[in-house]
Amino acid sequence: MSESLITILLIAGGAFAAIAGIGLLRFPDVLMRMHASTKAGTLGVGLSVVSVAIFFKDDLVTTKVVLIVSFLLLTAPVAAHLIGRAAYRTKTPLWEPTVVDDQRDQSEKP
Amino acid sequence: MIDQETALTVAMTLTVVGLVCACIRLIIGPSRADRVVSLDLITVLLVAIAAQLSLLYEVAAYLDLGLAIALIGFLATVAFARYIETAPHGKTPEEEPTQLTSTLQSVKAPDDQSVSETP
Repeated sequence: MSESLITILLIAGGAFAAIAGIGLLRFPDVLMRMHASTKAGTLGVGLSVVSVAIFFKDDLVTTKVVLIVSFLLLTAPVAAHLIGRAAYRTKTPLWEPTVVDDQRDQSEKP
Repeated sequence: MIDQETALTVAMTLTVVGLVCACIRLIIGPSRADRVVSLDLITVLLVAIAAQLSLLYEVAAYLDLGLAIALIGFLATVAFARYIETAPHGKTPEEEPTQLTSTLQSVKAPDDQSVSETP
């Protein structure tokens, strides 16, 4: 039972990690690339680490796994927000077909 | 149902595929923010690699490595985000030469000068 669960978690985690990398490579825009790397990457790592906790069935290991997952979930939005703000303020070009940019519209108002 | 070792091999291969994609994005840029994002993803994926190593060798101590990488990676990302926000940027990111092209230019530069200086 636990072995099949570990198998599923491992493959799902690896697949999400690969999806994050491919998304980072293929998306046309900094913000879209951040969307791929932050969310899919965090989920992939979380699944991989949880499979370790199920494998060892140890209190200390489980504590460390909970620490890693909670830390990743806490810091990923903060880091993404900081990078996104820096990218926007340094006027990194958005994707060509982008139509709505509320921040720019607001700052251009008289 | 595939057994656990095969699943571990598949998972490590997929994670390395993600790492290679992130490294390609780190090299080709084009802006500084892209490079910071790819560095962020690389540190996050290294935590997954550490977890898979602890399954491979059945040593739980590799999780400590993952925890340390997660802690340091966040600080590195914050520092790089502050850097690209405050760094002087006279050129737009597209015009910014990559490390390789600037190195090539600095290698080529003395030749051009010697050619132009000789009457």
